[in-house]
Amino acid sequence: MAEYKRSTQIADAPSGYCPGCLHSLATRLISDVLDELGQGDNSLNVISVGCSALNILYWNNDFLSVAHGRAPAAATGIKRTNPERLVFAYQGDGDLAAIGLAEIMSAANRGENFTVIFANNQTYGMTGGQMAPTTLIGQKTTTTVYGRDPQTTGYPMKMCELISTLEAPVYVARFALNSPKGVREAKAGIKKAFQAQLDGKGFTFVELLTNCPTNWHMTPLQTLDYMNMNTIPYFKPGVYKDKTE
Amino acid sequence: MVQINPDLCKNCGYCVKFCPKKVLATGQNRNRRGQFYPVMTDEAGCITCAVCAMMCPEGAIEVTEGGANT
Amino acid sequence: MSEKRFMKGNEAIAEAAVRAGCRFFAGYPITPQNEIPEYLSWRLPEVGGAYVQGESEIASVNMVYGAAAMGTRSMTSSSGPGISLKAEGISYLASAMLPALIVNISRGGPGLGSIQPAQSDYLQATKALGHGGFHAMVFAPNSAQEAVNVVYNAWDYAERDRNPVLVLMDGCLGNIMEEVELPPMKELSDEDLPEWSLTRRNGRDYQGNITPIYTEPILEGINAMAGEMYKAWEEEDVQVETYELDDAEYVVVAYGIASRVAKEAIMELRAEGYKIGMIRPITLFPFPKKTIHDLDYSRVKGIIDIEMTIPAQMREDIELQVAERCPVYEYGRSGGCLLDDEGVYDAIKDILTGGADNG
Repeated sequence: MAEYKRSTQIADAPSGYCPGCLHSLATRLISDVLDELGQGDNSLNVISVGCSALNILYWNNDFLSVAHGRAPAAATGIKRTNPERLVFAYQGDGDLAAIGLAEIMSAANRGENFTVIFANNQTYGMTGGQMAPTTLIGQKTTTTVYGRDPQTTGYPMKMCELISTLEAPVYVARFALNSPKGVREAKAGIKKAFQAQLDGKGFTFVELLTNCPTNWHMTPLQTLDYMNMNTIPYFKPGVYKDKTE
Repeated sequence: MVQINPDLCKNCGYCVKFCPKKVLATGQNRNRRGQFYPVMTDEAGCITCAVCAMMCPEGAIEVTEGGANT
Repeated sequence: MSEKRFMKGNEAIAEAAVRAGCRFFAGYPITPQNEIPEYLSWRLPEVGGAYVQGESEIASVNMVYGAAAMGTRSMTSSSGPGISLKAEGISYLASAMLPALIVNISRGGPGLGSIQPAQSDYLQATKALGHGGFHAMVFAPNSAQEAVNVVYNAWDYAERDRNPVLVLMDGCLGNIMEEVELPPMKELSDEDLPEWSLTRRNGRDYQGNITPIYTEPILEGINAMAGEMYKAWEEEDVQVETYELDDAEYVVVAYGIASRVAKEAIMELRAEGYKIGMIRPITLFPFPKKTIHDLDYSRVKGIIDIEMTIPAQMREDIELQVAERCPVYEYGRSGGCLLDDEGVYDAIKDILTGGADNG
């Protein structure tokens, strides 16, 4: 037996996301965790650029919308001046792993006491499905029409692996949102990260493997299978670093 | 009790796919935005595990203990 | 309590900022402004503020964007190449209607240019600090003391307008040491936090949100409001110093370091009997249009634009006001080569004696 009540952190209306988009599931999960921690009023969502910016019209609590890739920098300014607020940045893969690579790595390296939630769907969704730094080898996008070729575009960036090499971060983990098990673990991971922040422990990073039915040209259900066969074998879910205890 | 809000549904099919007891199915009616939405097909078989609610991207499904499914 | 100190211009700016209530600074090292972050790195923690050395100018200005959204008086500083990188963040500050202070201690350009002082960022400062067609108030002090005064009041303008403010000063003024009188510390409390700030959710029953993106009709309205604000600045906020204009037949227009060098030359030429004066814009935006426009052109025979950059950048703004009622001449040094008394004296005298054309 279990209960579920829709959070009031999100608008009482459909999200702006496409059918089956796991961005909206991730947003819902975050709102559920904030409810459970009683931190809705104290939270400040730093909204980045890309499909994640659809949360501007979906998120009911306080937020600051910022420039492409700069969410960890803005969050630094927020948290350094207002340490009591629960601050989290929500960023996609283009935002975080390409244009914002310096900002994410440097904030993590400084051990800033906020949480970054990284939605990795291997594409630039909002701009129409171009290649992202996380696009898989062979994956077709509007700028890799024959599939991503590592000879000219390199390999998909593994952000959890990169960030976990740094000294300062206290929690680095990756979860896949394409199954009930993954969603349950992701929720626990987000909760752990937020709690670590509330306890003043330092930088926390949660990567969520998501999808893009529209730009992958699949039905929502097909994307879940695609993730099992392609995304998860490359971006392995797991806890990469945990110094929260 | 499983409560489905048709107007939040975008018919992704996740709830139907992941229901462990297979008591949900895509219905024949459309919501305000013209999309089909799931319906409960076997109230007695529902164990209110809330997996459907957990997998719904939109939060269109709420689950409470006891009472009849809608 | 005010007090006198002997300080570098850059340090004076930093201390004045602290006394104005600045409690957050983020910046990235670049010559010739390094004394500002160096000073604030130890000074801000003393007063309960925060200093962050950003990984880049882009990150730094976005840290300021975050802190400013919390209602904290925040600033960043840099020099030309770094200001170019900050252009993104400054534009976002303007769009999100966030107050902040940006300081440009300018050097030779374009590109990496030189690390020596120059006034090559006038056009960037006054016309296009970033994309999207916005303006910020631009103050151009010509002494450490004036820099202190300008910085001390900068957030009052920024918060009034909910818009960033730029202080543009060259590397000379940033690095020469002068006596300054420092104003007392402004003691700000939570009560002074702007009501739009995102600081306090508890007790507030409405959503706090700040965004640099809008739907089209709202953005058009915001653009129009900004236009009205720029007009109001022109009416109310122009700061300009005039010198010996009453009988002047030739008028030098110069700001910042150039105005100090030019003043020496003007005093010398006055002693020789030449009727020459000076207009010194302290605000470059809003530009002192009226002061130049309303000169008595039945007497004034020429305007001389002196800037430490080639070609002169303020000239277009001057020419619009002169409206071909007299010739406009220009003289400058550039690329990090400094204006000197003799060079300016010779150049002006050449013009006064008819030896120069106004090309």
